[in-house]
Amino acid sequence: MERIKTIETRNLCESAKNGGCGECQTSCGVANQQCEKAKD
Amino acid sequence: MIHQYQLNGYNIVLDTCSGSIHVVDEVAYALIAGYKEKPEEQLVRETLAAYGHLDGVNEAEIRACLVDIRQLEREGKLFSEDTFEPLASQFKEKNQDVIKAMCLHVAHTCNLNCSYCFASQGKYHGERALMSYEVGCRALDFLIEHSGSRRNLEVDFFGGEPLMNWEGVKQLVAYAREQEKLHNKRFRFTLTTNGMLIDDDVIDFCNREMNNVVLSLDGRKEIHDRLRVDYAGNGSYDRIVPKFQKFVAVRGDKEYYMRGTFTHANPDFTKDVFHMADLGFDRLSMEPVVCAPDDPAALTDEDIKIVLEQYEILAKEMLRRKKEGRPFIFYHYMLDLTGGPCIYKRLSGCGSGTEYVAVTPWGDLYPCHQFVGEESYKLGDIWKGITNESCREDFRSCNVYARPECRDCWARLYCSGGCAANAYHATGSIKGIYRQGCELFKKRIECAIMLQIAEKDL
Repeated sequence: MERIKTIETRNLCESAKNGGCGECQTSCGVANQQCEKAKD
Repeated sequence: MIHQYQLNGYNIVLDTCSGSIHVVDEVAYALIAGYKEKPEEQLVRETLAAYGHLDGVNEAEIRACLVDIRQLEREGKLFSEDTFEPLASQFKEKNQDVIKAMCLHVAHTCNLNCSYCFASQGKYHGERALMSYEVGCRALDFLIEHSGSRRNLEVDFFGGEPLMNWEGVKQLVAYAREQEKLHNKRFRFTLTTNGMLIDDDVIDFCNREMNNVVLSLDGRKEIHDRLRVDYAGNGSYDRIVPKFQKFVAVRGDKEYYMRGTFTHANPDFTKDVFHMADLGFDRLSMEPVVCAPDDPAALTDEDIKIVLEQYEILAKEMLRRKKEGRPFIFYHYMLDLTGGPCIYKRLSGCGSGTEYVAVTPWGDLYPCHQFVGEESYKLGDIWKGITNESCREDFRSCNVYARPECRDCWARLYCSGGCAANAYHATGSIKGIYRQGCELFKKRIECAIMLQIAEKDL
């Protein structure tokens, strides 16, 4: 019986490998932002 | 670190450091809660005693669920370790002197007299002034000069009321468009307005040139007109709402949002959100007022309890309206679970005082629009550059790990340490903790995650 369903998310550890390009929009929050590369 | 909560019928488990989100049944919820605290045999025994009466729950099932939990732990999707601290300062060090975003204060004056205005009716505790074309051009040159390899540059036309310097705004956009071709840059412009001076020229120009417009409306007429009044004391609702509706109707698919503030007068702010949705606006934001605790507009502890409930009411109503085919967006509930910001951005926050600065009509530089007028936070000016290095260093060292309280917070990789200005105004330090803000933020993220789950209909 499936008691745990995991929804697809971006693994934060994986994203660390990219080093951060800084092209995303500034925020005023970060949580609501999108990665500029992911948008493309 | 994990965070477990129940909302709208869902049992939700967030794994803080991987970003994984799990929706579980009550048995798994109980097992995960006790997994790190209790010996396995005790956990199995207690879970069986609590849930054994349910269909399909027996010892073998419970042990099978524990196997699944162990597997998720091995995959780094549950109880994952925080290995990010060494990265926290890298992003800002790597981009040490890069500035890519600027808040241009084109008008330190306003045609409204809102008592709760953080900018003291647009004057920022100083003199009334409009930014000249020369200062504006120099500010844009300063931004280009300090943008390094960044291609995307952002300029917010801000005030006061920026439409009181409308010809200046148009001239500066034209100048920036010339410069972006010469320097291989791309400007993204935004404008924040109270709406009083919107006309066809403003609408046409903004729909051509502004990537985003922020339209200030506090919701219901009686709420809006209570504080957003002109200098004769007359409310502005009836004058601005038709203009906003016309503006948005022809905006097409370009971004905009209605931005309201709620205060002690309306902790039941969802009524104002729904009112704006009923007016035909579908991109909405309502923010808690930030002011001194003794200000009549300040939210009390009792208000905060109401506001926390309101966030849940808002999320559920958004789901209902979406099913009915009349959805709207609430800005704090926008989460992109697969295309969100990278870990560097999450660790370093909004970039105020480092990659983002505010420029006054006189060309002075501040860490962000909310610090303008605070002399000790003046960074320098657009001619000499940043001369207050200690202030900039203070902002550079702002990250998720700068505050001991944040280290143990499950929401730290969503809030990124929060708003430095709010922390400063609440505690006197940009590295202080604005507890009221933390409480509200965590509730918003819980609701935002629940909405993602509900929309996937898990």
